Amino acid sequence: MSVDIDTVKRVANLARIKVGDAKASEMQGKLNGILGFVEQLNEVDIKGVEPMTSVVDFAMKKRVDEITDGDKAEDIVANAPVTDDHFFMVPKVIE
Amino acid sequence: MTDLTSLTIAEARDQLANKTIKASELTDAYLAAIEQDNSNFNAFVAVSAEKAREMAANSDTRIAKGEPGALEGIPLGIKDLYATEGVHTQACSHILDGFKPRYESTVTANLWADGAVMLGKLNMDEFAMGSSNETSYYGPVTNPWRAGGDKSSAALVPGGSSGGSAAAVSAHLCAGATASDTGGSIRQPAAFTGTVGIKPTYGRCSRWGMVAFASSLDQAGPITRDVRDAAIMLKSMASPDEKDTTCIDLPVPDYEAAIGGSIKGMKIGIPKEYRIDGMPEEIEALWQQGIDWLRDAGAEIVDISLPHTKYALPAYYIVAPAEASSNLARYDGVKYGLRVDGEDIADMYMNTRAEGFGDEVQRRVMVGTYVLSAGYYDAYYLRAQKVRTLIKQDFETSFNDGIDMILTPATPSAAFAIGDEEMAADPVKMFLNDVFTVTVNMAGLPGIAVPAGLTGNGLPLGLQLIGRPFGEEALFQTAGVIEQAAGHFNPKKWW
Repeated sequence: MSVDIDTVKRVANLARIKVGDAKASEMQGKLNGILGFVEQLNEVDIKGVEPMTSVVDFAMKKRVDEITDGDKAEDIVANAPVTDDHFFMVPKVIE
Repeated sequence: MTDLTSLTIAEARDQLANKTIKASELTDAYLAAIEQDNSNFNAFVAVSAEKAREMAANSDTRIAKGEPGALEGIPLGIKDLYATEGVHTQACSHILDGFKPRYESTVTANLWADGAVMLGKLNMDEFAMGSSNETSYYGPVTNPWRAGGDKSSAALVPGGSSGGSAAAVSAHLCAGATASDTGGSIRQPAAFTGTVGIKPTYGRCSRWGMVAFASSLDQAGPITRDVRDAAIMLKSMASPDEKDTTCIDLPVPDYEAAIGGSIKGMKIGIPKEYRIDGMPEEIEALWQQGIDWLRDAGAEIVDISLPHTKYALPAYYIVAPAEASSNLARYDGVKYGLRVDGEDIADMYMNTRAEGFGDEVQRRVMVGTYVLSAGYYDAYYLRAQKVRTLIKQDFETSFNDGIDMILTPATPSAAFAIGDEEMAADPVKMFLNDVFTVTVNMAGLPGIAVPAGLTGNGLPLGLQLIGRPFGEEALFQTAGVIEQAAGHFNPKKWW
C-alpha cells in the first residue's frame, strides 16, 4: 500500500502536525519507502496466531485503588508555557 | 598520580573505599575533562557541575562515616530522557524546551540512593528515534574512534540513540552512563564505541520518569567501559517499582558475582538467519572468533533457527511508531515545553508540533498515526503484533530445546560517517543498523553487546549475547569470557 498526497495531509491533520505542500510531498516519498519496507509482513502466515499483548509472562501487578499522591498543583503547572492560578491557559475554545 | 578518569567504576570504587582517592577529586577530574574535551564530541548537552560537587562532597562524608553506597562517589552521565529533578530533561527535542522536571525517574533515584554523582545530561537522538545520534536537536555526537586513530579522517557517528552515552564513556568524560534501548539504542552505540551495553529483560528496570518512546519496547540499561562495570550499574538501576505496573517484582541479583564463573557445558545457539546477505567479511570473521572463544571456554555450540528473524525489523517499524504516535500526543504546547501560537487552539497544536518535532520524529508519528487509523489497524498494527508473537515463539522454541544463550554480531557494520548521504536519503537504510538487535526488544529478552575486535582500519566491532528472560547473570558471565579473550579497546586520543 502507498499513500497519496491527500492521505499524507489527512494523516498530518490527525497527528496535529502542520504540513505545507512542499513538506507533504517530501514526506510522501519517505513514508512510502517505510510502508514499502513493512509490506513484507504480508508473506507471514498469521492464521490462528494471537497478537502480542504482553512481552513477559507475568500477570500485571495490581494495587489497592487508593489515593497515594497529590497536592502538587504547583509542580504540575511549573513547566507550562502559560498558566494562571494553577490553570493551564490555552487559546479561547468556546465563543 | 594516575589519571583519575582512566579508572573503571570497580577500580574507582576500590580506591574510594580504601581512601586512596576522594570522591570530590574524582568528580573534579571528570568535570575538568568535560570542560576541556566535550566540545570535540558534543556528548553532554547539560553539565550539572554544582550539583555534582555537592553530591561528591556528600559521598566523601558517607565514606568517612563508613557508610558508602554501592556506587558511592562514582560520577555518571545521564541520558537526556531520564527525568532529573530541576535539571535539563528534553530527550534532546526542541518541543521540550526548558523542561525541568519536578520529580526524579526511578532509575536515577536508585543511582543517587546508592551514592552515585550526576555530572550532567547526555546527547541522544530526538526522543530516542535514530541510530546515529544525528536527529538530536542539539546536533550530532562525534565518535571518539576514527579510522586509523587519525584526526584527519572522517568524523564518525557514535551510533544511536544513546550516542552521547556511548561517546562520553568511550572518551572518559564519565565513569559510566545510563542509556535506553527500544530497538538497539544501547547495544548498537556500545558496539560502535568499543564499550559494553546491556539491555535487560523488559520489566527489569522501571520506566517511570523515562520519556516514553514505545512503551512495550523501551527498557533502561547502562553503557560502561567493561562487563564488570555494567553489572555494577545494572544492579543499582534495576528494582521493582510500584509506579510502573510493567516493572517486575523480582529481587535484583548480584550480577557482579556471576562474572568469572565457568561456562563449561553451557549451550550457545548460533542462529543461521543472522547470516544476512552482504554481511561484511569482518563481521563474519568476528562472529566465528566469538564462537571459537566460547567453545574453547567449554561451551557447547549449537546451530539453531529463528525463522521469523527477517520480519522483526518491519514489524518493529509498525509497532514502535504506533506506540510513539500515541505517547507523543502529550506534546501539545499546553503542559510543558515549546508553544507556537496559532489562529485557534488546533492551529496552536499544529504549529507547535511542526516546529517542535524534528523530521524523523514527525515521520514516525505520521507512520504511527497512519497504521492505527480507521481501516488500516488490522492490516498493519494487528498483523505486526501477531508477527511479534511468532518472533517471541522462535526464541522460546530454542530455549525449550535447551539453548542457554544466543551469540550474534551486534551490528552489521562498524561506525559510519556523520552525514552519510545514503542513510539520510533513505530512512530504511538507517533502520538496518538495528537488524541484529531489534528482535531482542520485540521478544522482551535481555541482550548485551561486548567489544570483540577491530576492523582493518581500527574501528571497534561488538558481539551480542541474547539471554533467557531475566537471564542477565548468565549474560554477564559469558560476556566476561568474551571480554577476557578479546581484551579491552580504547580509542587513540586524537583530541
